[in-house]
Amino acid sequence: MSKERGKRESRARTGIDYSLLVAVAFLIGFGLVMLYSSSYYTATIKFDGDSAWYLKKQIVATALSVVALVFFVVVDYRVWKRYTWIIYILSNVLILAVLSPIGMEANGARRWLNFGVMTVQPAEIAKIAVILLMAAILSTNIKKVNGLVPMLVVFVIALVPTALVFLVTDNFSSAIIIAGIGVIMLIVACRNNKGFIALIIGLLVVAVVALLLLGGFRATRILVWLDPEQYASEGGFQVLQGLYAIGSGGLFGKGLGQSVQKLGFVPEAQNDMIFTIICEELGLFGGIAVLILFAFLIWRFMVIANNTDDLFGALVVVGVMAHIAVQVILNVAVVTKTVPNTGITLPFISYGGSSVLFLMSEIGLVLSVSRHKRVRREEIRQ
Amino acid sequence: MDNFKVYNKRMVVIFFVGCMLAMVGLTGRLVYLMIYKSSYYYTKAIEVQERERTIKAARGLIVDRNGVILGDNKTVCTVSVVYNQVTDRERVIEVLSKELAMPEDEVRKKVEKLSSREKIKSNVDKEIGDIIRSYDLDGVKVDEDYKRYYPFESLASKVIGFTGADNQGIIGLEVEYEEYLTGTPGQILTVTDARGVELDYALEERVEPIDGNTLVTSLDVNIQKYATQAAEKVLEAKQANYVCIIVMNPKNGEIYAMVNVPEFDLNDPFTLVTAEGTVDMEYSGEKQNLLNKMWRNNCINDTYEPGSTFKIVTASAALEEKIVTIDTPFSCPGYCVVDDRRIRCHKTVGHGAETFLQATMNSCNPVFVNTGLKLGVDKYYEYLDKFGLLKKTGVDLPGEAGTIIHKKENVGNVELATMSFGQSFQITPLKLLQVASAIVNGGDLVTPHFGVAIADKYGNVIETLNYETEEGVLSDETSETMRYMLGMVVSDGGGSKGAVEGYAVGGKTATSEKLPRGNGKYIASFIGFAPVDDPEVIAMCIVDEPTGIYYGGTVAAPVIRELYENILPYLNIKSAD
Repeated sequence: MSKERGKRESRARTGIDYSLLVAVAFLIGFGLVMLYSSSYYTATIKFDGDSAWYLKKQIVATALSVVALVFFVVVDYRVWKRYTWIIYILSNVLILAVLSPIGMEANGARRWLNFGVMTVQPAEIAKIAVILLMAAILSTNIKKVNGLVPMLVVFVIALVPTALVFLVTDNFSSAIIIAGIGVIMLIVACRNNKGFIALIIGLLVVAVVALLLLGGFRATRILVWLDPEQYASEGGFQVLQGLYAIGSGGLFGKGLGQSVQKLGFVPEAQNDMIFTIICEELGLFGGIAVLILFAFLIWRFMVIANNTDDLFGALVVVGVMAHIAVQVILNVAVVTKTVPNTGITLPFISYGGSSVLFLMSEIGLVLSVSRHKRVRREEIRQ
Repeated sequence: MDNFKVYNKRMVVIFFVGCMLAMVGLTGRLVYLMIYKSSYYYTKAIEVQERERTIKAARGLIVDRNGVILGDNKTVCTVSVVYNQVTDRERVIEVLSKELAMPEDEVRKKVEKLSSREKIKSNVDKEIGDIIRSYDLDGVKVDEDYKRYYPFESLASKVIGFTGADNQGIIGLEVEYEEYLTGTPGQILTVTDARGVELDYALEERVEPIDGNTLVTSLDVNIQKYATQAAEKVLEAKQANYVCIIVMNPKNGEIYAMVNVPEFDLNDPFTLVTAEGTVDMEYSGEKQNLLNKMWRNNCINDTYEPGSTFKIVTASAALEEKIVTIDTPFSCPGYCVVDDRRIRCHKTVGHGAETFLQATMNSCNPVFVNTGLKLGVDKYYEYLDKFGLLKKTGVDLPGEAGTIIHKKENVGNVELATMSFGQSFQITPLKLLQVASAIVNGGDLVTPHFGVAIADKYGNVIETLNYETEEGVLSDETSETMRYMLGMVVSDGGGSKGAVEGYAVGGKTATSEKLPRGNGKYIASFIGFAPVDDPEVIAMCIVDEPTGIYYGGTVAAPVIRELYENILPYLNIKSAD
């Protein structure tokens, strides 16, 4: 009893991980600046002189996301364990709802739900839902999930929304992220996972070979990737213009707001390609600084996860870590033409209301876990 | 409840390290792109971002022999508006419509047009451009530009020529010396957005234009003015079609003046002006034809039958071949018969007994027919060839007409007889003047020309223009004899009205009947040179279709006399003792 009490007291004393909060706050602030810089030109033309059109919408979403963050920090994350199935099922239904009348099309893809006051990308909800459900299932059944077959069974949790996102909303990059979150969570959680890792690598190889052999839309992307100048009209244009932006930044960049490539050359500069504008305006140093900031974020996730005794909490943090890490690395890899082009946003910086809302919710969850982090052994012994 | 075990923590660390390695890799990729490939992508980016605007180079000047500017540049302005730099649209519209005197809705349409750079008006006077600039309106650009300007307006219009919208030569010296006059345009490289709209904060890169070079001509504005006055006077008095005057240095072919009245205003060359005045006419093929006619340089572009002035060629050839001397006796019954043709002398009762000198002074046709026939076709064509009559003069103006003449194998006695006194073939006035120069200058066939030198814009000569001279087409003795004979023509013969008091002038008149014969249309002409013993200047006057009296000696000779009275003292020609 006294042991139990001592534990509770020590929990109450530990605060949230402030360095993570500060890093996120900085990224959000920096993101808004870069969003304005990269979007004002397009906004001026598209929205009749309203240069801050994108900025204003993003500020509203960010304000909402701060509320969400505070909410998830204040509420004990363990509460959500009970609702994981409901959230998960709801998220899948919402993906399907894209096909219903409340579904909304933008930029030639039907990926959004229109709730009147705001639009939401259900794929973003699916990410958080998969993190929560997998963390819940793995933490309660960790002993049973060892070996290839049970791991694959749990992996189906990630595969269902992955397939839905890919097939219903034709969102290849979000599908990859959801599957990636599932794979990483499983590998981290399960002791005997050699078979699983082998299977995943095998599947990746098969997928790449199939793409190369079967051709079609995705294969074109690979051709574009290999030689963007020749396939400029098939999408190489965007990649090339992004490279021009990055390359013309040089060591210290042209200065904030001085990008020329954002003036209609790089299409949708405020979205997937925002990192290229950062590089053009702030140079190699600016680009590396952003990467370091994300690296710091990922490091904090690791620290929080590894300081948490609670398996559910730790796995939630690992899920969020996987989500952000995969997204950042893929985004930067795409814009630097390191991997074939796939529309993927840069977390906290790219334009997108639902993206920032659910990312901040995830950060809220992580901070909530950090509040309840492991008490020091000496205290437990007491 | 299970805990997050050491095993799990190790996997998180492995994942973290994996992420860090990926990020280091991406950093490496960034370094590669932004340092190693930076200049490559920068160049590529500039290629898509930059637009170039040309800065016109000032066209070279055309100056006369004393440096008086004949073809100049006037600074004009082009006012344009850069859409995305305009801050106060209403004010811009108001100011521009006021200062440029343009209707407001027209200006509004241009200012509000979403374009990279909308030209509002070009060829705006510099003063107005300066006023607009002084408003200091955002987005309003006043670019300076050059427009060709001719200070003497219509003076020597058909020689100097004019330029078109792109400052390119259209006719005259402006075309002939295009490569020297036109400069190398400069460029302003500006960075634009994807739609081509210029950015006001981006640095402009300027490549300065290289101005064109100055053409120094042999023309003399004063002589040209005197000649124009004289020509206009006779044009008016004789209600002629046109009057040409050419004044040249017979020793080197430098043309001092070339007049074709009526001239036209070089500053307004596309306004059609005829004898009736300005013609308002829609542009059409017909108008272009009329304009071409108005721009025509009759001294060079048109040919005519020279008539009696050509007798100097026949005389020179015969004297050179020693077929005649000045004292060879002839007899003129008023006509002569060649084969089945009866050729009349202009004096129907005949000149009676006369020497070759007297026959020249009388311009007696039968004598020259006999002389030509004595020379024979071969010899005659040999001299035509020697005098360069079968080819062009090589004058530095475009569109020179060639000689129209019988083929040698088709020439019979009748043809040779008519050619001997200047009929049945056509040459340009300038060609005849060139040949006359060779006859009186000691036998050197010079190339008539205007261009003397090419100078830079500060007047330093870069290149002296050289022309061919064919020496010895006639012997000195014959030339001297010809000078004497032609001096006698003026002092005591048919060219007496060309005599200038105090100066020894030589010359020859001609009255050619235009084809078809019998229509009563004549060309009166006179060639005169001074001083007789060492000609410094030779001049020619052609009056096309004079009304009333049409004799060369009466119509054209006084024109040259009047001209000489003015220019001989001006040229410091030594007066007769």
